[in-house]
Amino acid sequence: MLAKRIIPCLDIKDGQTVKGTKFVNLRQAGDPVELGKAYSEQGADELVYLDITASHEGRKTFTDLVKRIAAQINIPFTVGGGINELKDVDRLLNAGADKVSINSAAIRNPMLVDEIAKHFGSQVCVVAIDARQTATGWKCYLNGGRVETERYLYEWAKEVNDRGAGEILFTSMDHDGVKTGYANEALAHLSETLDIPVIASGGAGKMEHFRDAFTFGKADAALAASVFHFGEIPIMKLKEYLHEEGISVRL
Amino acid sequence: MNVAIIKYNAGNIFSVDYALKRIGVTPIITSDKETLLKADKIIFPGVGEAETTMKYLKEQNLDKLIKDLKQPLLGICLGMQLMCKYSEEGNTDCLGIFDTEVKRFCPERHKDKVPHMGWNTIENTLSPLFKGFDKDEYVYFVHSYYVPLNEFTAARTNYILPYSSALHKDNFYATQFHPEKSGRTGERILRNFLEL
Repeated sequence: MLAKRIIPCLDIKDGQTVKGTKFVNLRQAGDPVELGKAYSEQGADELVYLDITASHEGRKTFTDLVKRIAAQINIPFTVGGGINELKDVDRLLNAGADKVSINSAAIRNPMLVDEIAKHFGSQVCVVAIDARQTATGWKCYLNGGRVETERYLYEWAKEVNDRGAGEILFTSMDHDGVKTGYANEALAHLSETLDIPVIASGGAGKMEHFRDAFTFGKADAALAASVFHFGEIPIMKLKEYLHEEGISVRL
Repeated sequence: MNVAIIKYNAGNIFSVDYALKRIGVTPIITSDKETLLKADKIIFPGVGEAETTMKYLKEQNLDKLIKDLKQPLLGICLGMQLMCKYSEEGNTDCLGIFDTEVKRFCPERHKDKVPHMGWNTIENTLSPLFKGFDKDEYVYFVHSYYVPLNEFTAARTNYILPYSSALHKDNFYATQFHPEKSGRTGERILRNFLEL
């Protein structure tokens, strides 16, 4: 049976992981390759590396980092951040990334989704959507949640699905960092109306939250950052818990 | 040991290269006929589309070369599909090493999404590639076309329907999944192949 995936997300700035970690056995806790390897040893199913560097030099550092990750990590990984055009995608896939995640660029230029799917295949194209509940429904935001758009979550997700996206990475800005669980109702709606896998993001605080994202939220994968980085939830323990709860996971 | 990766316009050549280096083997990436014929083991990777890839292999005369190889060869993903007789992807005539066809997944239920992507188990493993496997191990898949169960099936996976996730005939081995992305399990499969 196809396993539900557990995905740690690492924020990268100037080639280093931004958030601290409580891992003790790492040579260098800030090294994204060492951290990724540790996660993969613990049973992570995929990794997401998000480049939050703004500078041009930082981009080059990130590309070099992607090459090192590809050489050393034996599970699939997605990279995102700063991807604006096809040649950014080409550069990162050539460096060895398995998938790319696009967010603001897709909203500004939806054709980018079609182009990535056509040139490299749908499976490499993850569309990340940051959304927040408003009086008129779930609205999409740009630039890491700073700019509100006119787009609504469900319509936009359906549109990128039809344009050839391979997966949706949905972050609820209302739930992100609050640690009270994922946005399960919205997740379930997405999962039931889309033909492509949905990755839940934002809100994980306890192991039960992952279970609920898979059962009530019908998500195909769950992404989290701080609960893994700070060792609050060890990945292996989480997967054993999910297995006991009757959820199909890779052990 | 001399390990060659067949060089052509496939997407995952570097992933396979990296994976072999992680287990201590530095492969040669080549499309040179003499070098390939001299290799002890050959890997035929593949990410892409069947019709254009098959056309490219024919133009480079790699199609005949691959069919006539006598040393152990491992086809991966599209590599495995191209080793079959025919693929529904672009209605393509393929190499015909395995006398079977490649079909497109037709989801019957909404929750069966295509492509089949992620970690799934391999069952009823029958080839030396899976030596030492004592349970149904998880491996990583990304594909929209599949090979039905047939006389060469060396492992089966259940997604929408039971199908062939590995094939074996004489010196020809193939996996639908990506051992180069399948963690420790994938590394064991690659080691088993190199030890053939």
